[in-house]
This record gives sequence, structure tokens and C-alpha cells, in this order.
Amino acid sequence: MAINIYTRRSAANILAMLLGGIATVIGLVFLAWILWVTLKNGFSALNLNLFTKITAYGSDGGLANAIVGSVGMDLLALLICAPIGVMAGTYLAEYATRSKLGATIRFLNDILLSAPSIVLGLFVYVIIVVPMSNMTNGAVSFSGLAGSIALALIGLPVIVRTTDEMLQLVPGTLREAALSLGIPQWKLTVQVLIRAATSGILTGVLLALARLAGETAPLLFTAFGNNFMTYSPLAKTASLPVAIYQYTNDPSPAMHAIAWAGALLITLFVLTLSLLTRLFFARKKVSYE
Amino acid sequence: MTASSTKPATRDTDRRSRRDARHDALFRRVLLFCALLVLAALLGAALSTLWGGREVLLKDGFNFLTRSDWNPVTDTYGALAPIFGTLVTAIIAIVLAVPVSFGIALFLTEIAPSWMRGPVATAIELLAAIPSIIYGMWGLFVFVPFMSTVEPYLSSTLGKLPVVGALFQGPPLGLGILTAGIVLAVMILPFIASVMREVFRTVPARLKESAYALGSTTWEVVWDIVLPYTRSAVIGGIFLGLGRALGETMAVTFVLGNSYNITSSLLMPGTSIASSIANEFNEAVGLHRSALIALGFLLFVVTFVVLLIARLMLRRLERREGS
Amino acid sequence: MFTFKSRIAILAAASLFSVAAMATDVTGAGSSFVYPVVSKWSAAYAEKTGNQVNYQSIGSGGGIAQIKAGTVDFGASDKPLDQQTLAKFGLGQFPDVIGGIVPAYNIPGIAPGKLVLDGPTLAKIFMGQISMWNDPAITRLNPGVKLPDAKIYVVHRSDGSGTTYNFTHYLNQVSPAWKAKVGQGTAVNWPAGIGGKGNEGVSAYVKQLKNSIGYVEYAYALKNHIGYALMKNAAGKVVRPNTKSFQAAAATADWKHAKNFELLITNAPGENAWPITATSWVIMYKKPKNLEHSKVVLDFFKWSYEHGQDAARSLDYVPLPPSLVQQIEEYWKTQFKL
Repeated sequence: MAINIYTRRSAANILAMLLGGIATVIGLVFLAWILWVTLKNGFSALNLNLFTKITAYGSDGGLANAIVGSVGMDLLALLICAPIGVMAGTYLAEYATRSKLGATIRFLNDILLSAPSIVLGLFVYVIIVVPMSNMTNGAVSFSGLAGSIALALIGLPVIVRTTDEMLQLVPGTLREAALSLGIPQWKLTVQVLIRAATSGILTGVLLALARLAGETAPLLFTAFGNNFMTYSPLAKTASLPVAIYQYTNDPSPAMHAIAWAGALLITLFVLTLSLLTRLFFARKKVSYE
Repeated sequence: MTASSTKPATRDTDRRSRRDARHDALFRRVLLFCALLVLAALLGAALSTLWGGREVLLKDGFNFLTRSDWNPVTDTYGALAPIFGTLVTAIIAIVLAVPVSFGIALFLTEIAPSWMRGPVATAIELLAAIPSIIYGMWGLFVFVPFMSTVEPYLSSTLGKLPVVGALFQGPPLGLGILTAGIVLAVMILPFIASVMREVFRTVPARLKESAYALGSTTWEVVWDIVLPYTRSAVIGGIFLGLGRALGETMAVTFVLGNSYNITSSLLMPGTSIASSIANEFNEAVGLHRSALIALGFLLFVVTFVVLLIARLMLRRLERREGS
Repeated sequence: MFTFKSRIAILAAASLFSVAAMATDVTGAGSSFVYPVVSKWSAAYAEKTGNQVNYQSIGSGGGIAQIKAGTVDFGASDKPLDQQTLAKFGLGQFPDVIGGIVPAYNIPGIAPGKLVLDGPTLAKIFMGQISMWNDPAITRLNPGVKLPDAKIYVVHRSDGSGTTYNFTHYLNQVSPAWKAKVGQGTAVNWPAGIGGKGNEGVSAYVKQLKNSIGYVEYAYALKNHIGYALMKNAAGKVVRPNTKSFQAAAATADWKHAKNFELLITNAPGENAWPITATSWVIMYKKPKNLEHSKVVLDFFKWSYEHGQDAARSLDYVPLPPSLVQQIEEYWKTQFKL
């Protein structure tokens, strides 16, 4: 009997480990599959033209203005949504774990997560683009800034959600130890808790970046797009996703290759950024075990 | 020590604690303000869709929800088919993605040798970095043709079963509700898996080691110690995925088939709220545009209801465990 | 909502950021149908004059909405505005380029251009009333072609589009049953088939599904090597889709009597006219807020009529016939207060 239980338990264990391995393989297979298709289709278009030519040149066109626009808008969007998201998440985790207000905000934040991005774009169009256009008599209407705000709205709930979860997982003993030393709450939060949860919060920020970097729909009505190079945040701004969208709509296969190459660039951009931040923060990470 | 030397010290601590209190209050207010911004963003977005959709909602009222015909030529709009498609594709995605994500998180925290964990975790997160339009193009040019070769097998095996059989009938087009659900599952996988992995890692080693000391297997530690300890965060991760599945646009649009149908078969084409908006918004004017914005509002409502149900189920689970 | 100070700040920021160049940057938005050719023109025009014409394809509906909101200098639409709307907003419109829409098929063993269809048959196929390729209605038009005993898969656009608008406008004219049951629009309630997003989506589905039929812009069928059908036109002649037959349709259309160029040229009467030919329109304010921008826009299109023809042909569009260009330039002089 006893042996029976042990063999059953270890069989269940081995089965679970096996299934875990298979699940990982499934995930990796899909990744490899999609990346391979992207590489295969985009590789022929991966050349210097992508970085030196702008989108207006037709079949020998590039993505230079779209790259500049995307990098600018994505980083500006992160600058807007990361601090707000982390602070809002901190409020939820540290001050509102049990309160009604906390529960409400948490709930609404989850809904914001699934808001169709085109709707968020329209919202920004109504509250930013149209007033700006009326105020400046049409001189400033669609802008990179409006695009960044729309993207920030998409990234915000992801960061709030993860920050909240990660801070709640920091053991209570850490808080009590710090408080017993007479450290004020804000110092405790900033210097102890957030630092302890850095890796988790960073994951949230990177997931947010990954999500907003590929968005097309909210940019059409906010940043609009531009066939020429611009550097001003108040100008109509090109972006990689919109350029990809335009290139895929073109009848000629040469243009599709540029679209695939653009997709490859977005993927590589997010990958590099996430690797860099991980390398940077891995050294500074505080262990609390 | 005389009184004169302690007095400044107490005054100093007094001042410091008063300053700390002031800073604490300020800190709290700033955080609260940020949290309220989230609230404002959602309410603003939701109300602006309600306002944009008022024309069709005032005209049709509840019929907008219950009618299944959608005809821009006669200007009649019913949202039943998109609601149906949204829910069914999201359910398929969650059903497929949750176990796989759990398996990945299990592998990354308990099974894999440590040199492997970092690279594999980054690779899985990379799935989230692929723009959704690329999922759409991959789906359209690669996965749909692949599914059209798989679907005849599904029809001839699963399709023969008594009850579930109806789910797998129809021409092997390769595109449709099932394909969209699978593509969505791959898209939300990294979201759920990353959160699960992060939270699994936060379980104090003390807890796990005590269980191991009692002779538990790895699986038992994960199932009985790690999962209960992190349950609320795991469910949070699932919501993160569900949210993305409900609102995903471009990828679904390319593989769903886009027809206003409500069918029992998962192999038939359907439509979803987000893809209807993405498909028709650019060219819509007047009542048509209003109906599409009202669909956006409906997505808020659908999400609200789905999350509410999930929340209630969770509470019941907690209560049962408590008793 | 905005204080005086913040306004000044925004204006100051705007002047700080805007590049102080002599050239004028103008903005247009709308139809995706004309995007490739307009961006090609815009690149060449920028090289020539230094003026940058930034055109973005956000859809015809979007283009109309943006010009009404005054956020762009011109809109572009595949569907003309009616007289009432034009008058109400003080807008004018004129055609910029012409293109053709073709029925695209994938039938094993039948090469591109080997299938002949007529309007009523096409309408019945898209209504699901003709569901087999060897239906007598099709075989009668194709003596000597071996049509398979297979079910027809219909593919249509899922997104609202000018292509669908012109295609359904044509079916409306040739089939009373279609007019009664489905009608015309940028998006309609399709009685049969599956929907692909964009010309690209329809091309891909047709390519992948054997025995399917859809409709796409000519360039997509050509560049993706998909079968395209010949059509029997209003004069009863079987014509092949190419720039000649599209131009014939544009030339025989009755532009002289079309006020504000509100005329769809499907089912044109000419002997060699391709029956599903489509035009795209530029929409602008007749009394614009920003005179200088509008002047550049008109100069751009004038330049494109004169120098952009080869670019248009290379992308399988048809340049406007000279008589129409003359009429448009006359229209600019009389109608626009620039």
C-alpha cells in the first residue's frame, strides 16, 4: 500500500514535470514559427534603405521617419504611463488593499485593460486633437504628443495591475521591520518595497511597452502619420505600426517585404530594450528571501 | 545629561516626525491622485463611447443588444453576433492559454536548470512583443492554410462525437472562430505566463523548503503551497490575458472570417466587437458610425459583466475554503 | 478648459518646434485606394518644389470627417459627396485618378482572363443563388471552358471600402434583385460568403481557397497572379480589364452634365468600357481658412495631372482623360476663391 502511494505520487510528479516541459515547448514552437515567418519574409528588405530613406519614396522606400517617430512616441508614452501607473499601483497595494475605493479602481482598471485600442484613440482625438486644432486654428491638430497619450492609456492599466500585484507579494515582515525602525511610510514604500518588487514592476513596464509598441488603431486618429521626417512632438508623426499597415495594404509584394521588415524591427526593439533593462537591473536587485 | 541637552533632541524628533507625517500625507495624496487618474481615464473613455453611440442606443434601445442582423444599407444594427463572437473566441483562448501558461511557469520556476530559465523566460515574453498585426499576417498567410489541412481531421474525429460534434462541423476554410481562439491564446500566453512566473518566484523559500522537508514532491509543493499562496495574483494574470483577448483587434480581424453569423460550429466564420469596429469604422458615417461606437461601449459592458462574474465566483471559492 | 496662459504656452511651444522653412507642408487624408499613387506623387513633388504633401490613408469616411472637422487641408474619398452636403459645408470636389475593380477567381485549371461573366450572373453568384461553377448561367457565357462541378466560395470585403461601394453600385444597376435584396454601400449585409480585410485579405483568401471568387482592385489581381474574369459590358461586348478599358469607361462617362463631378462611372456605355471602373475624389473647402495651404494642394494636383501620369500607369491606375482635366481646371477657376 505504502509503495503504491509513493509510486503514484512520484508518477504524478513526473507527469506534471513532463507536461510543464511540453507546454514550454508549445510556447517556443509558436514563437519560432512566427519569428521564422517574419524573418523569411522581411529579411530580403532588411537593408540600409530602411534606416536612411523615408516612407514617401514608394517601392524603394524605407522606414527612417517611422522609426524615429515610433521610438519617440513609445518612450514618451512610457514616460507618461510608467510613473502614473507605478504610483497608482502603489496606492492600491499600500493604502487601499481593503478599501471600497481600491476595489473599485482595481475593477475599473481591469476593464480598461480590454478597452479596444481604437476607442482609446478616439477618446484622445476628442479631448486633445480637436481642442488643439480649434485653439491653434488648425496649425496643430494631430500630433506625436496626442499619439503618445493614446499609447500611454494602453500601457497604463498593465503597469497598474502588475505593480499592485507585485507589491502585495512583498512579505509583510519586511514592512513591519522597516516601520519598527521608525522609517516613514513614504520612505518605506520608495526605498524598501518598490525596490524589493523592482523585477516584477519592470516586467509590467516591459509588457506595457510590448503592448503599446505594436498598436496601429489608436495612432491613426491621434499621431496620424507622416510621409516625411519630423522631430517635433507637435507635428503629425509617422510610426512603424502605421507604416506597416500602409505597406501591407499595397498590392506589390516588394512593399509587403518592407512591412515584414518593419515588424521585425518592432520585435527586435522591444527585445533589446527588455534585455537591456534586465541586465541593468539584475545587478541592483535586492533579494528579500 | 541635563535637560537642556535633551530638549533640542526631542524638539528635533518632534519636528522630524511632524515633517515625516506631512510628507506621508503628501505622498499619499500624490498616489491617490494617480489612482484617480486611472479612474478618470476609464470613465472618460467609457462615457465618450456612450455619448458617441447615443444615436443608435436612443433609436433602438435594448433591441440593439438582442437583434442579430447588421445591415449598413438599411441602417439597422444589432450587436448579438459580435457579442457572441467576442465571448466565444475569448473563452477558447483562455481555456487553451491558462494550462499552457501554468505549465510554462512551472517549467521556468521548478524544472528548468537555472542557466536555461532566463533565456526561455525572455523568449516567452518575446511573444508579447510581436505586434498584433504580425499575428494577423502570420495567421492569414501561414496559420489559416495550416488549419484548413487540420480541420478535416477535426470534423472526422471530434465531429463524430454526440454532443461536442456540432462544434466541429462545416467546410474546412481554415479561418473561423476556432482559429481566432487559437491565435488569441498564443497572444495572451506570454502575459499570463510572465505574471505567473514572477509571482511563483516570490513565494518565500522557507515555505517551500518546509514542504520539501516533509517529503512533498515538486508537483505537490507547486499545487499545494505555491499556487494557494499566489492565487490572487495568478488570477490577476489571467484577467490580464482575458482583457487582451476581449479587446484584441487586428489579429482576430485577419482570421475570424468576418461574417455576422451566430453558428454552433467553431469552424464557421464569425465576427467580434473589436474586429467589427476595426473593419467598418474608417468608412462609416452617421448612424453606422454611431452603432460602431456603441459597440465599443458594449465591450466595456461585456468586460464589466465578465469580470463581475469572475469576481463573484472567486468570492464563493474563498467562502467555501473558509468554512 | 484652457487658460489664457496655457494657450500662450502652447502657441510658443508650437512656434518653437515648427521648423522655420520656406516650404509649405500640407496634409490630406482619406481613401486608401489612392494612397500608393498620391504618396509617389508627393515624393516627386517634394523633390521638385520643396513643398511636402503628407497624405495618410485613413479611409474615405475618415477623410470626409477630417475635412469637415478642419484638421486636414484636403480629404480624399472613393464616394462623391452629394450636392446638399457640399453646399452645406462649402466644399468642392474633383476627381484625381481612375482605377478598375475586377472579379478575381481561383478555379484549378482555368488561367487568368479565361472566364467570362456578365453583371446579372455576378450578382447571382454574390447572392448565393448560383452556387456551383458548372451552373448553366456560367457555362452559357463560357463555351469551350471546362468548369468544375464544385461549390462556389464567395469572398467579399469585411471592411467598409470604396471598392465595395463601386462594386455594389454596379450590381445594383444590372440586377434588380440585388437592388431589392442587398443594395449599395461601403459595407453591406452580404447574403453569402466570408469577409477578408482589405484588398489584401480578399486576395489572400481567394488565393488559398480553391473554387472561390472575390473582387479586388485590378493591381492586386495582377501583382498577386490571381485569375481575373472578363466582363460583358453595357454595350454587350466582352472586355478585358486593363488601363485601356478603364480609360474608355472614364472617357465615355457623361462628366459634362455632372455637377461637382458627382458621377460614378460603373456600367459606362462605351463599346470598350470596363463596366466596374471607379473614380476617387479630392474634397476641399471652396473658401479655405488657410489660403496658402489650399493653393499648394491645387498646385500639387495640377502638377500630378501634368507630370504624374507615368507614375500612375506604373501602379496600374489610369490618368484622367485630357478633356476631364480641362474641365477640372475650369472648375477650380470658377468655384474656388483662392
